[in-house]
Amino acid sequence: MATEKIILAGFGGQGVMSAGQLLTYAGMLENKQVSWLPSYGPEMRGGAANCSVMVSDSPVGSPIITNDATSAIIMNLPSLDKFENDVAKDGILLVNSSLIERKVEREDVTVHYVPANEIANDLGNSRVANMVMLGAFLEATKAVETDSVLEAFKKVYGPRKEHLVPLNKEALERGAAAVRG
Amino acid sequence: MSVVFKKTEGLTEKQTHYCPGCTHGIIHRLVGEVLEELGVLGKAIGVAPVGCSVLAYNYFNCDMHEAAHGRAPAVATGVKRVLPDNVVFSYQGDGDLASIGTAEVIHAAHRGEKITTIFVNNAIYGMTGGQMAPTTLIGQKATTAPEGRKKELAGMPLKMSEMLSTIDGAVFVERVSVHNVANIRKAKKAIKKAFEVQIEGKGYGIVEVLSTCPTNWGLTAPEAMKWLEENMIPYYPLGNFRTPEEGK
Amino acid sequence: MAKVLMKGNEALAAAAIQAGCKYFFGYPITPQSELPEFMARELPKIGGMFVQAESEVAAINMIYGAAGTGARVLTSSSSPGLALKQEGITYIAGAELPCVIINISRGGPGLGGIQPSQADYFMSTRGGGNGDYRHPVYAPATLQEAVDLTMEAFNVADYYRTPVIVQGDGMIGQMMEPVEFNEPKKRDLPVKDWATTGTEGKRKPNIINSLFLDPQALEDHNWKLDRKYKEIEENETLHEMYKMDDAEIVFVSYGTTSRIVKNVVDTLREEGVKAGLIRPITLWPFPNKAFTEIPENAKAILTVEMSTGQMIDDVKIANEGRLPVHFYGRTGGMIPTPDDIIAKAKEILGGAK
Repeated sequence: MATEKIILAGFGGQGVMSAGQLLTYAGMLENKQVSWLPSYGPEMRGGAANCSVMVSDSPVGSPIITNDATSAIIMNLPSLDKFENDVAKDGILLVNSSLIERKVEREDVTVHYVPANEIANDLGNSRVANMVMLGAFLEATKAVETDSVLEAFKKVYGPRKEHLVPLNKEALERGAAAVRG
Repeated sequence: MSVVFKKTEGLTEKQTHYCPGCTHGIIHRLVGEVLEELGVLGKAIGVAPVGCSVLAYNYFNCDMHEAAHGRAPAVATGVKRVLPDNVVFSYQGDGDLASIGTAEVIHAAHRGEKITTIFVNNAIYGMTGGQMAPTTLIGQKATTAPEGRKKELAGMPLKMSEMLSTIDGAVFVERVSVHNVANIRKAKKAIKKAFEVQIEGKGYGIVEVLSTCPTNWGLTAPEAMKWLEENMIPYYPLGNFRTPEEGK
Repeated sequence: MAKVLMKGNEALAAAAIQAGCKYFFGYPITPQSELPEFMARELPKIGGMFVQAESEVAAINMIYGAAGTGARVLTSSSSPGLALKQEGITYIAGAELPCVIINISRGGPGLGGIQPSQADYFMSTRGGGNGDYRHPVYAPATLQEAVDLTMEAFNVADYYRTPVIVQGDGMIGQMMEPVEFNEPKKRDLPVKDWATTGTEGKRKPNIINSLFLDPQALEDHNWKLDRKYKEIEENETLHEMYKMDDAEIVFVSYGTTSRIVKNVVDTLREEGVKAGLIRPITLWPFPNKAFTEIPENAKAILTVEMSTGQMIDDVKIANEGRLPVHFYGRTGGMIPTPDDIIAKAKEILGGAK
């Protein structure tokens, strides 16, 4: 692996920031070089939310992604409109098809459509849609191990949320399955 | 030979720079005596203002910290929060406390900082040469109010003690004067009480002391004492506004 | 010590606590609010004190008072808040008290914006307040460096009795990276026998003061401060030389912008262009000496900043007219892209390698 440059984007409350943090933490647990850079400001209060994550074998230079993302996790339509062209050629786009009806227009990238909200609702908790997408991403890119993400979950959320690990594990697996098809 | 009078240990040997007839000297002495009598001189840290008493750090015989204009209550907050067992006071004039430093004094009171403020109100900017203060009386002449203060232009004189007494954290608020012996005695009692309130950890205490400025008022020393009594006290009534008992 | 993944603002706060800081006085402002929030949560646990002041002006004056007691104290803010703090900073410099101030800067002037910016260079390095004074300014590029420099800042502040600024931009404050907390290098720190802690009747009163009404006394004081600043210039200047050995185009950049420029240097070298970077780590003192080590074959200097050009003044002073000095900047929260920087570099080199 060279450097994974990942954009995660959606609206506030979809868990894109926390999914990005878990991915970053998981990278760190695997002794990779990582960074997490959020958008911030008034738009965070319920509007758009996005972050850039770097996972690399060599030290991270700039934590900023301009138009060279290796992949993107897109949770809603405005985010697809905004970030579709920021993924580099041959990159990977993961699109939440539960909320995004249109198809990706580019033909030089690999696209996986994942009905994340439907899968999450199926699991009984709409809030794990972000983990479904993250699972899909892991399957498509192999950026980090699924177990590392679960380990990161335990570290970030502590013992009080540990009972949610099985649910999140299942969400990751269902997302991965959606990519395998 | 019996000792009739002894200078307080609370003040240094340094001769003050105050004008003849100015009451800063009396107020310094009262604060020094109180610190000595309460046995807290060795624990005291004073914060000096910007104004006529800017050099107060040379006169009080305890650790002193010179603040920026109006910020003495903030500086005193910083000192007290690190050293809660020490006795911390700010000594401020009316330009310092009632104009540029209103936010700092109000919020020190608001937080209930366990500090004591000696607020010297002589209704004028002294050190800068007699400009109008928020406390200058209506009709009183100042270099920046050459025709006398007008309500239409400058509003009514600000009553800090009344204002501060509406704040829950200000547990001791009293206005006193030092224009005669009887009032000097009352002033000392109030200053002592304000320090006791701090030492007992009850909250913020402030004593507003009506003071003279013969130089900038354009009066002789005796005339200034009389002017204070006849003009300032009717507008700034003396008395206690809050005590801890009342606050209970 | 194991690495932990932390948000910049929280890592800065944790570094201060590691350095023995137990007292924080501040006022909320984006994009640094996680820092005071962290302090409000953590300081009471270690017997420390967090105070939310009524304003930045009050906060820095609380710092002035608290620093006078000899305690290690911290305040943090962002650009417009730092502008307000300048009153206290000049008093603290004048009275020679140690303290650390963190500026997570944002776009200006005025209320400006909240996105990353480096437009506070002048305010931080030229003395934003009145009078003849300077103070060290650290400009970390990574969170690890931010942690290391914050811990070092407390030692430097104590050693020289000076306020020290740690200046990051919004990116440093908001991003997450793994950090570890390592002891800074040991310094022989002087005893704080000047502190106002009460005489206890055992010594003469200590007076903390920046007022010298006698002009000769004030001049003496100012030259004394100046000698101290010369000593800081001599001993505390920090910079990084990146691929400078044979550089033909010399970039100068600091903070997060330097990370973008490092990527640019690598990309240009892949294309056969000999590029290098001088990265000031202290903005004051500025690493003038680094500019005397620029190789003979260098053709030009390109300063890259998130401002309309502030550090470039220091670059020109350090360059002493030897090489042409060019500028590329974005401002207002806009971030320079590698492609635009590369284009500018190629334009300067006339399209030739």
